[in-house]
Amino acid sequence: MSVAERLSRPTRKRGRVVSTRLLRSEIGLIAGRRRNQMGLLVLAALPIVLAIAVKVSNRTAGGGPDFLDSVTSNGLFVSLAALTVEMGLFLPLAIAMLAGDAVAGEANLGTLRYLLTVPVRRTRLLVVKYASLCFGALWGVTVVAVVGAAIGIALFGTGPLTTLSGSQLPFGAASGRLVLVVLYCSAGIAALGAVGLFISTLTEQPIAATIALTIFTILSWILDGVPQLDWLHPWLIVDQWLAFADLLRDPPFWDNILRGLSVDAGYAVVFWLLAWARLAGKDITS
Amino acid sequence: MTLPATRAPEISTEDRPPSAVDLAIETVGLTKRFGGRAAVDGLQLEVPRGSVYGFLGPNGSGKTTTIRMLLGLVEPTSGTRSLLGCRVPSESATVLPRVGALVEGPAFHPYLSGRRNLARLDAADLWSDPRTASRRIDAALDRVGLLAAATKHYRAYSLGMRQRLAIAGTVLAHRDLLVLDEPTNGLDPQGTREVRHLVESLAHDGATVFISSHLLSEVEQICTHLGVMSDGRLVAQGPTQELRSRGERTVRVTTPQPTEAAEVLRGLGVSGVEVGAGEVHGTPGATEPEVIVAALVHADVRVRGFAVMTPSLEDLFVDLTGEGFDVSG
Ligand SMILES: Nc1ncnc2c1ncn2[C@@H]1O[C@H](COP(=O)(O)OP(=O)(O)OP(=O)(O)O)[C@@H](O)[C@H]1O
Ligand SMILES: [Mg+2]
Repeated sequence: MSVAERLSRPTRKRGRVVSTRLLRSEIGLIAGRRRNQMGLLVLAALPIVLAIAVKVSNRTAGGGPDFLDSVTSNGLFVSLAALTVEMGLFLPLAIAMLAGDAVAGEANLGTLRYLLTVPVRRTRLLVVKYASLCFGALWGVTVVAVVGAAIGIALFGTGPLTTLSGSQLPFGAASGRLVLVVLYCSAGIAALGAVGLFISTLTEQPIAATIALTIFTILSWILDGVPQLDWLHPWLIVDQWLAFADLLRDPPFWDNILRGLSVDAGYAVVFWLLAWARLAGKDITS
Repeated sequence: MTLPATRAPEISTEDRPPSAVDLAIETVGLTKRFGGRAAVDGLQLEVPRGSVYGFLGPNGSGKTTTIRMLLGLVEPTSGTRSLLGCRVPSESATVLPRVGALVEGPAFHPYLSGRRNLARLDAADLWSDPRTASRRIDAALDRVGLLAAATKHYRAYSLGMRQRLAIAGTVLAHRDLLVLDEPTNGLDPQGTREVRHLVESLAHDGATVFISSHLLSEVEQICTHLGVMSDGRLVAQGPTQELRSRGERTVRVTTPQPTEAAEVLRGLGVSGVEVGAGEVHGTPGATEPEVIVAALVHADVRVRGFAVMTPSLEDLFVDLTGEGFDVSG
């Protein structure tokens, strides 16, 4: 009975203004979900496959080609190659799954109505949900880069990295560049996450939100590849995603990077606001 | 017997200054239309503080929609609502932490355990103290008898266990008001009784409890007040005793001299006197039972039995909401 007595004490301290508890709970939910762990394994598998393929083909090439040798002289190359491939579809698909869960998933389970009656203000919910998507983006990209670097170093060692400008970067500086690449790619995926968050407020079916965001990504890539639409390209979210290669020049070439970041920021702000406009006045009947 | 549909809501809205009565829930003209059809129509709910209020109505009569509006999940087409004196939704942030809510059944993350689901709800609450979280969660689980199943995945819970977990969620912290939408849905008889005890203990601690249900039997024992919905409208509202006494009483006299007894009853102004085999029935109206008994004895009628029968709440409920089985759509 003592617990019940304590429970029934008549006063409760007034609420705090900010707390990281919900965000931590959200990240725990994402990280703890089996499906997400599997997705992360898939993301991590690609650099491994890539590295082994390069290693094997290098060996069977037999003639000792200088170019492949110089590329494979630094294991960090595997991270960059893997990111180039995964930014196309795998990472967008991963963020699409998380975004589907974010609002549509909670609506589908019915947990959205219980979160809102706790109460969690709708604005706060969207801030926390988007923060967790940004975390997810960073986490996914980091896993690809770290696994790529690990397998790359294991197979190809830590020699100097030949930049796209032809000069050589020592391993330490090259690692610093890789961190920049990870942050840049994460920004792109996180911006896509804002689009996903908005789509997620439109439906109660998480899978529908996931598919819609995946289609959005693929369409963006297709449009980006049509030369006749070059006026549109600067507005496409994916247009500068692969510009991270510019971070590997000596010195880094910032123009495209900055342009990419501003497009990312634009998408993030506009679509977060759209999500807010949609959710703020919505009747929660799920 | 049918009560006029507008009688109850009109009782006190006219001559009452807006906040003179201390109400835990108050709605004025609360209306929600889905498409063209009103799911809730001009609701004037008045739930006094400290009451246990049974919110009754058949399927589809608008109970859940009303609760969603009270909690700010659904925006009404027109009308206002306040909880514990605070307007919803403008003051939701300060009032909802004091309100525990169960809306249309339990909903949790299937791949989290019961305890972790409650921890998530607690984490979402800016008012709750993280240092006491695990103690409060265990106390809540204990209160609904789920402590032994606390680490099981929610997916593996039975219907009744899920319902219990949702109830546990409503008592995670101190609440001044509980809004429970069909809390005993899916519970076994023990579970139903425990919910009743829980409601009683919460009410004893001073909380107001608002329970929606379509099962009269489960609420009539614990509710001090009742509101009856039918097709989106509140057709009756008031203290349980008052509603109960609304139905007309009848008397039954068991006697070997029914004809004489009937004479006496008619003489007292009892209406609708019917003579049966060894029995007489009648509707006494304003005539008090003791007067009838005295008159019968005085007239030397041999009385073997005398009973005053008030209609059950169930009769009243059916009278108010109609006999039909079909949901009005
Ligand atoms: N999202 C919605 N869109 C359209 N109509 C709705 C919606 N939600 C509820 N309704 C309608 O509103 C009416 C009231 O529904 P509500 O869920 O409030 O009933 P209820 O009293 O809770 O019923 P039950 O006892 O079955 O739970 C019903 O006719 C229902 O069809
Ligand atoms: Mg309902």
